[in-house]
Amino acid sequence: MSGPHDLDPALRGALIARLTAMADDELILGHRDSEWTGHAPLLEEDIALANIAQDEIGHALLWLEVRTGLDGSDPDALAFFREAGDFRNVRLVELPRGDWAFTMLRQFLFDAFETELLERLARSSYAPLAEAAAKAAKEEIFHLRHSGLWLERLAHGTEESRRRLEAALEQLWPYLPQLWQAQAGDAALAEAGVVPEPTGLEEAARGRVLAALARVGVASPAEVAPNPGGRERHGEALVALLIDMQSVARADPGVDAW
Amino acid sequence: MDPGPKPVDTSASPTPEAVWAALQEVKDPEIPVVSVVELGMVRAVEVTGTHVRVDITPTFAGCPAFHAICAAVSDRIRTLGASEVEVRRQLAPAWSSDDMSDAARTKLHAFGIAPPRAHGGLVLPELEAPVACPRCGSFDTDLRGAFGSALCREIYTCRSCHETFERFKPL
Repeated sequence: MSGPHDLDPALRGALIARLTAMADDELILGHRDSEWTGHAPLLEEDIALANIAQDEIGHALLWLEVRTGLDGSDPDALAFFREAGDFRNVRLVELPRGDWAFTMLRQFLFDAFETELLERLARSSYAPLAEAAAKAAKEEIFHLRHSGLWLERLAHGTEESRRRLEAALEQLWPYLPQLWQAQAGDAALAEAGVVPEPTGLEEAARGRVLAALARVGVASPAEVAPNPGGRERHGEALVALLIDMQSVARADPGVDAW
Repeated sequence: MDPGPKPVDTSASPTPEAVWAALQEVKDPEIPVVSVVELGMVRAVEVTGTHVRVDITPTFAGCPAFHAICAAVSDRIRTLGASEVEVRRQLAPAWSSDDMSDAARTKLHAFGIAPPRAHGGLVLPELEAPVACPRCGSFDTDLRGAFGSALCREIYTCRSCHETFERFKPL
């Protein structure tokens, strides 16, 4: 499938929803990461996280550009002029940034999932999506390497770093499964080869996370029921985040350069 | 009588060669020594009368310099007499550091940035390979941070000359 005209209306709607979900995950995580700019514990880490934040926001743009090809929507309008209730990100990425261990563990969990997702999306039958995924996959190598090293440092650093890592894991664990939870139209998209088959993706992503935890000797928390509710449900933290993230664009909506 | 600045002739159609040559003058604002052509970002130039279309690919998806680069490309081509310039963001095939020319590598090195070596798609092995200090040539260097002052760079320190330097990431 080389372009939008090869999709029937049902698949097109499902793909718009899937792209919005993926873009919102990246955009909100990117913004959370950017909150450390100027505050990270080391200069190199400050620079690194600012870079990762920029990459994630760049990935959000990639997905939104694919969406533009389907419905002509404006990526900037979607990012800066939607209300919290219209965002479709998972809860994991909107949680307040917490301490350094929380931020780096969340980044690792997301990177582990995204690595598996991108590898599969790069083989999507929908060419624009496959192309965008191939682009993002190249950058994701650097993210996973970085957050994976932090998982090791936190686990083997000091008693304090390990305590914080384990506390962060307890907090983040219930939110993890939502990353691979399928939405209403995903099954049809997977059948058409547009998005990866959900079970395979879940197994691979979960396996990657469990293997990494085992490698650093951290026990994974007990399996929990996935956080109830779909991607339309958000916490108050997202509202506060959006007020900050959207404030400049909303201050003068007609301006296209500052 | 002073005729004033020569008006741009908007009726002339530039040749594709003239467009490519002009793009050699458009630099990446984050690396002012290499042009967008040398970086391998320009994918195609098409001239139809006085309408010029340029397909350009970002090095990194979130590159903040990309808008400035597109604007500079458009401005530069207009001075050739093009009445309409269309700059399209093209993603596929995704940009690779192998797309950069040898001239770009030489200029990066002279600028103090360790250039990426050609890797033929084997990015992970290249990330583990030793990196030569652009200042003294020593391979006794350590990765300080996988991210640097721009998305495309990482930070190294040299144990021989004790300088910190940046490397353009193999991608």
